Amino acid sequence: MWKYVLKRVLLMIPTLLGVAVLIFFLMRVVPGDIVELRFAGESAFAQKENLDKERARLGLDQPMWRQFVTWMWGIARFDFGTSMWTGAPIIEEIKLRAALSFQLAVMATIIAVVLAIPLGVVAALKQDTWVDYFVRVFSIAGLATPSFWLGIVFILMLLIVFKWLPPMVYTPFWVDPWQNMLQLIWPALAVGYRYSAVATRMTRSAMLEVLREDYIRTARAKGLWQKLILSRHALKNAMLPVLTVVALEFAFLMGGLVVTEQVFNLNGLGMLFVESVARRDYTLTQALVMLVALVFILVNFTVDLMYAWLDPRIRFR
Amino acid sequence: MLHSAGVSTLLSVENLQTHFVTRGGVVRAVDDVSWDVEEGETVALVGESGCGKSVSALSIMRLVAGPAGRVVGGRVHFKGRDLLQLSEEEMRRVRGREIGMVFQEPMTSLNPVLSIGRQLTEGLEIHLGMTPGAARRRAVELLGMVGIPDSERRLTQYPHQFSGGMRQRMMIAMALACKPSLILADEPTTALDVTIQAQILELMKDLSRRFGVAMLIITHNLGVVARYADRVNVMYAGRIIERATARELYARPRHPYTLGLLRSVPRLDEPRRARLDPIEGQPPDLTRLPQGCAFTPRCAFSVARCSAEPPPLAPVADGGHVSACWESARLDRAAARSAAAS
Ligand SMILES: Nc1ncnc2c1ncn2[C@@H]1O[C@H](COP(=O)(O)OP(=O)(O)OP(=O)(O)O)[C@@H](O)[C@H]1O
Ligand code: SF4
Ligand SMILES: [Mg+2]
Repeated sequence: MWKYVLKRVLLMIPTLLGVAVLIFFLMRVVPGDIVELRFAGESAFAQKENLDKERARLGLDQPMWRQFVTWMWGIARFDFGTSMWTGAPIIEEIKLRAALSFQLAVMATIIAVVLAIPLGVVAALKQDTWVDYFVRVFSIAGLATPSFWLGIVFILMLLIVFKWLPPMVYTPFWVDPWQNMLQLIWPALAVGYRYSAVATRMTRSAMLEVLREDYIRTARAKGLWQKLILSRHALKNAMLPVLTVVALEFAFLMGGLVVTEQVFNLNGLGMLFVESVARRDYTLTQALVMLVALVFILVNFTVDLMYAWLDPRIRFR
Repeated sequence: MLHSAGVSTLLSVENLQTHFVTRGGVVRAVDDVSWDVEEGETVALVGESGCGKSVSALSIMRLVAGPAGRVVGGRVHFKGRDLLQLSEEEMRRVRGREIGMVFQEPMTSLNPVLSIGRQLTEGLEIHLGMTPGAARRRAVELLGMVGIPDSERRLTQYPHQFSGGMRQRMMIAMALACKPSLILADEPTTALDVTIQAQILELMKDLSRRFGVAMLIITHNLGVVARYADRVNVMYAGRIIERATARELYARPRHPYTLGLLRSVPRLDEPRRARLDPIEGQPPDLTRLPQGCAFTPRCAFSVARCSAEPPPLAPVADGGHVSACWESARLDRAAARSAAAS
């Protein structure tokens, strides 16, 4: 087991390296660079030497391989450099936003799981009754409703019914948990609903499948309580596919919430991502991509560990 | 309900009817069936695939897969109670406690994510109120009893680390755990190798003798029956068509279907492919049972009356030998002997 963990951790290095190469060159293949974009705003006839001077300042005049090595060397020392656009250290640019996105993703996941597992299980147990239909409508509606739209509805409701708006400025959880929650619970609910719809459907179908298994019949023939059959014999097996869906969704939330962030005026990673690409802010985009890649890898790894924990057939391979 | 002096009936199934409502119509999987099991006795239920053997056993345990499947009639007397009338909670206390069950598929009937120990002890904890420690000690003992060596270590393992034969031993241990008075074994050896089949059957026979547990062995192999059962019920298309002691049934089958089965017996000491002389034709569609005898299209003895009137299960010899065939008298000794010889 420990050997397996170590192997997986070491395997992360080549994966991340691959991502680094890819994003580094992809960014530079896209036409236009940050210098052109910045000067384009000031005057249409920027002096070529001004552009060159700016490029030299940012290190863009260097050969590609040297730029790459410099960047890699920085990462190896946990130095991600500065944003090409703002000049601020990238760590500073990302820190708060990553915390916000992470917290939002965690909250949405909790909401989704807390909703999805009971709903999915109940729907499977009461298959083809009104309970099941209700859950199915609830989850199909969740899939069909964009989170940002639900967000707008939330905000309007709060405004109209309570004459109140959630705080507009982000307060980190460790500074003031209450303020923090007041702001983030709404987007978490909006995002969590769609997320729970995906997870509910998966729970329901996995549960239906497991309940038809022979070992469930064995458990019933042993005279176990229904509750015990569900919690001990069925859920553990049914959770395997649900886990994958939840994990993928979580990783996606870390970088993919662009519109919802705008609706709630949140400064998360999603908006930053879009802006940094639009500005050809190479260093910032690269750092963001690396961060999201790392999240994906870690989430995947966690899922695999949880699989091994849940399923002895994997654990004792 | 006394068959012989001093032995009383443990389980008595009367006019049991179990139907499945499907798109193609109502499947009469078990159609007005009666049989019984005496205390400590081993009774066999024999018949081709799909004749309703598993559904019979599941009906007794009230585990027929609803809502499509339902016991629609009859009584299941067990120790003076009708199981079909019990509340769900009362029934739960019968399952695993008083009636144990062994299933056909050892590969899929154990939960892959729970340890052998967990699956063996949970019944003990729930039915007998044992502490985890006591249940564990009993589990070690049970595994030893069913011939799994090194049981202490085996308890911590998982089903995928067990071979098919060992899983079936484990199933037997599970069924025996709470010392039930009846075990329903649904084709306990069909999925196993021939050599292991014999071992498992010997084990079951031995344990049932040792603990005085009655057994219902479900099988489609009459060879199994001969060695291990006291009495045999032959089932065809959802009905019992013949019943006798194992010896009597072998020597003097009084139903053409039984005769056919005897001719197609694969012997325990031969490889499994040895389906020597299968009965020609297919069993009937259970949604459209014919008016007369369901075996008519496949029967070499059939006469005009067969397709018009269903033959009742009637006594044909002493010792409770009954057969549902209009022509049972024609199936005399000679026919039986030729069957045994071939
Ligand atoms: N869930 C179900 N839905 C519809 N029909 C069913 C269902 N379960 C069983 N049946 C029908 O009931 C009949 C009896 O099935 P059963 O499983 O009892 O057969 P069996 O005698 O145990 O056969 P086998 O030797 O293959 O195990 C079959 O014809 C089958 O088609
Ligand atoms: S009743 Fe007729 S058809 Fe049926 S088994 Fe007897 S002889 Fe054959
Ligand atoms: Mg069966």
